[in-house]
Amino acid sequence: MRLNSSAYLIREGFRSIGTHRFMSFASVAIIMACLIIMGSFSLVTENINAAIHALENQNEVVAYIDETLSEDEARALQPQIEAIDNIATVEFVNRAAAMQNFMSNFSSYVQEGIDETVFRNRFVITLEDITFMAQTKVQIEAISGIGAGNVLAHLDYAKAFVTIRNVVSVISLVMIALLTFISIFIMTNTIKLATFSRREEIAIMRMVGATNSFIRLPFVVEGLVLGILGGALGFAATAGLYQLISRRVVASFGEALFNVVPLSQIALPMFAAYMALSVVVGVFGAVNAIRDYLKV
Amino acid sequence: MIQMKKVKVVYRSSDTVALDGVSMSIDEGEFVFLVGPSGSGKTTIMKLLTGEIRADAGQIVVNDFDMRHIKVRKLPKMRRTLGVVFQDFRLIDNMSVYDNVAFAMRVTGARNKKIKQRVPEVLALVGLEGREKRMPKELSGGEQQRVAIARALVNNPRMIVADEPTGNLDPVRSLELMLLLEKINEDTGTTILVVTHEKELVNALNKRVIYISEGHVLSDRKGGYFDETEQ
Ligand SMILES: Nc1ncnc2c1ncn2[C@@H]1O[C@H](COP(=O)(O)OP(=O)(O)O)[C@@H](O)[C@H]1O
Ligand SMILES: [Mg+2]
Repeated sequence: MRLNSSAYLIREGFRSIGTHRFMSFASVAIIMACLIIMGSFSLVTENINAAIHALENQNEVVAYIDETLSEDEARALQPQIEAIDNIATVEFVNRAAAMQNFMSNFSSYVQEGIDETVFRNRFVITLEDITFMAQTKVQIEAISGIGAGNVLAHLDYAKAFVTIRNVVSVISLVMIALLTFISIFIMTNTIKLATFSRREEIAIMRMVGATNSFIRLPFVVEGLVLGILGGALGFAATAGLYQLISRRVVASFGEALFNVVPLSQIALPMFAAYMALSVVVGVFGAVNAIRDYLKV
Repeated sequence: MIQMKKVKVVYRSSDTVALDGVSMSIDEGEFVFLVGPSGSGKTTIMKLLTGEIRADAGQIVVNDFDMRHIKVRKLPKMRRTLGVVFQDFRLIDNMSVYDNVAFAMRVTGARNKKIKQRVPEVLALVGLEGREKRMPKELSGGEQQRVAIARALVNNPRMIVADEPTGNLDPVRSLELMLLLEKINEDTGTTILVVTHEKELVNALNKRVIYISEGHVLSDRKGGYFDETEQ
């Protein structure tokens, strides 16, 4: 496309936004609102995932070693455990350390008369992904020197975490799909207004042999400008809101209890997602709106 | 150039057979009137020529394009070989005379330099020099129709088709407009097909006249308006 035609088409796109100020404003506002809602959902999901991940790391699996093995023999099993997929960390805890740990957790009245031989040598293990906790447990039990029934794993907790994570992801995806659909619908109607008020021009363009892509372009420009404007404002608003809320959360709960994902860590992918969505909404809206005029 | 053989068009929505086996052949450079009573199928023929509707049967070739099988994405190329004029002018109200004509060049991707050279040329040809800056509403009906003719001409089409171009004009302006179309035909060799039902105009110009009635060609001859009572 030649420079003077592109300049002409871009000018036309902006001119049209000016003539439909109210609808243009409305569609920018709606896109912005949809993006804020979508973004909030994604951010909540992100934080829930991070929290679950932190909890997952605390969900340890304990493998008790056969009492007939000496401490050295027990320690020698470590490479076999590490060789299993899905193992994140393995730590050997001998009888003495296990008793120490027990003592520090319980009050003194139960401690009397307890001997360290009551405790078994053990490995404390964390997993990469607790979704596969059951399989990993079986693999650990298969090692001779450990054996079936000697691995303590909280499968029910693991299941609950996985369920929460899945539910949150599904809700978030459904919301994003729904709001994208709404945004495209609103955008389509805004641009339809523009195509309607210029239907005679469009008919004349077709009559004198303008190509469909040429006829479409000013409307696509209009859609893109509105979409990107809504996207940029939506991003700014969501980021501001997030900053505000996360500060409040940290202030009232303290960082130790609830770890908020910092904005700097997610700002860039979030901005990219907002822009991509805005572009999709703008282009789809415009192409949708003008489809009826380009049939013949 | 137009070649139609046994063309049939049925409007499903009204269950009307608008054209029923229409054949005609119009050569490059001809001037032809298409006449007939209201509802006889004249506008339907125009819509076939511009690719707005498709024939249900038969063959139709316009400026070497097969209009029954042409791909939608080829239509713009075809339409650039054809200038179209309507009864209601169809000018863009918020554009000046100059811009209305230049618009037709712009949307086909013409260069500015070429537009600046060509637009005054066609405006002079239709007798509108000095009117470039006027808006359509500031012109008479005859002048507005001449802007539409300039727009139809600006991309150098092989053929101009006009559907009742004088329908909104008084008799004197109507004759002037027909004489302008005749002059364009003689000076540039552009093929011209004019739909009308104004007897006096047709008789005054003494051209080839195709008469259709109820979707059939009843007469095709040079001379005055065909009258069904003649038979
Ligand atoms: N879009 C349409 N839908 C249904 N019927 C139509 C349509 N256009 C024209 N017709 C019918 O087709 C016939 C021919 O119409 P038309 O070609 O417009 O006639 P003319 O231009 O000679 O007056 C008429 O009976 C008319 O009612
Ligand atoms: Mg008609």
